[in-house]
Amino acid sequence: MKIQLIVNGTPQLVQIEDEMTPLLWVIRDVLDQKGTKFGCGKAACGACTLLVDDQAVRSCSYPIKFAEGKTITTIEGLGTKENPHPVQQAWIEEVVPQCGYCQPGFMMATAALLKKVPKPTDEDIDNNIINVCRCGTYYRMRKAIHRAAALNSELPITEQEKE
Amino acid sequence: MKKSLPLLFLLVLLTGMLFGLNTSVHVSNYKTIDKPVEVSNETTFHQLMDVLTHPRCMNCHPTDNLPKQGMERQPHHFDMARGADDHGFEATQCHTCHQKENNPYSGVPGAPHWGLAPASMGWQGLTRIEIAERLLNTETNGGKNHEALVEHLTKDALVLWAWNPGVDANGVEREKPPLSKEEYIAVVEKWFADGAVIPTK
Ligand code: FES
Ligand code: FES
Repeated sequence: MKIQLIVNGTPQLVQIEDEMTPLLWVIRDVLDQKGTKFGCGKAACGACTLLVDDQAVRSCSYPIKFAEGKTITTIEGLGTKENPHPVQQAWIEEVVPQCGYCQPGFMMATAALLKKVPKPTDEDIDNNIINVCRCGTYYRMRKAIHRAAALNSELPITEQEKE
Repeated sequence: MKKSLPLLFLLVLLTGMLFGLNTSVHVSNYKTIDKPVEVSNETTFHQLMDVLTHPRCMNCHPTDNLPKQGMERQPHHFDMARGADDHGFEATQCHTCHQKENNPYSGVPGAPHWGLAPASMGWQGLTRIEIAERLLNTETNGGKNHEALVEHLTKDALVLWAWNPGVDANGVEREKPPLSKEEYIAVVEKWFADGAVIPTK
């Protein structure tokens, strides 16, 4: 089957045999965007989190057939080196990653959270950011999430709307 | 070949006589009943409750806002909870992981509008009679009359998911409720047709 989707702003047409193929495989192996990670393959760890139409989705458990016509954002599309997304900027400032493997998933989950809750409380973070970090960087992540919210609110309104 | 025919005839005759002696069945041996056996309302009620109290149904009808999972009814991993609209939290919602259908590869179950039943329809820890009272009470059931309840119980895709629960993360088929889907639908229709009577306590 053929699936049309937009990945990080670029329209893509992918030919795929099994419509239940995880979106994660298509992103990584067909479209060669390796920022999104495979951790557990059973929607348990969050390493594969990306945005589908601005909603956080665990792409290891999201069949490609549901992505038809959808807009996908991965860590590669969140910001650029020159113009990082507030979440990326905050992550750099707080030196969050240790091994780094889980981080793209956490950053995408955080980006999704800030769209819904621009100033998250610790409770909002506890409720919504439930990915797994084997290195235990949770403490720095919490600081970075608050920092990202602060950076976000410093952006001019039009920029915030783009986020 | 021809010689064996009379012998065969004799054998058949003897066998018939032998069995005939041992199985002298008369119509009078049977109990006669003048009307079909009636399934009591109480039986129908308990058949319905056998299904509604099965983990496949009960896991999404918590009284503590925590979805449960598995036959052992453990709280949902990672503290996922009801949230404001029965579908999880602002950014991490049920459909972050659960899609419109079961995922055979990851073992994540899915069905349309995956989420918890409203808190007013929490059943865990309640008796069968209390569950039925909540089910029938329009103040707790979302204003549903009997007709709407039958519709919900027999047609809703998420309710009927219980008979298509897919495989778990280890590829093992999930257990289905104790009645078949067809039996369950017949039981729902019968219980309501008979007036949805809750047995006395
Ligand atoms: S790889 Fe998808 S949640 Fe772990
Ligand atoms: S930084 Fe190593 S798993 Fe999270």
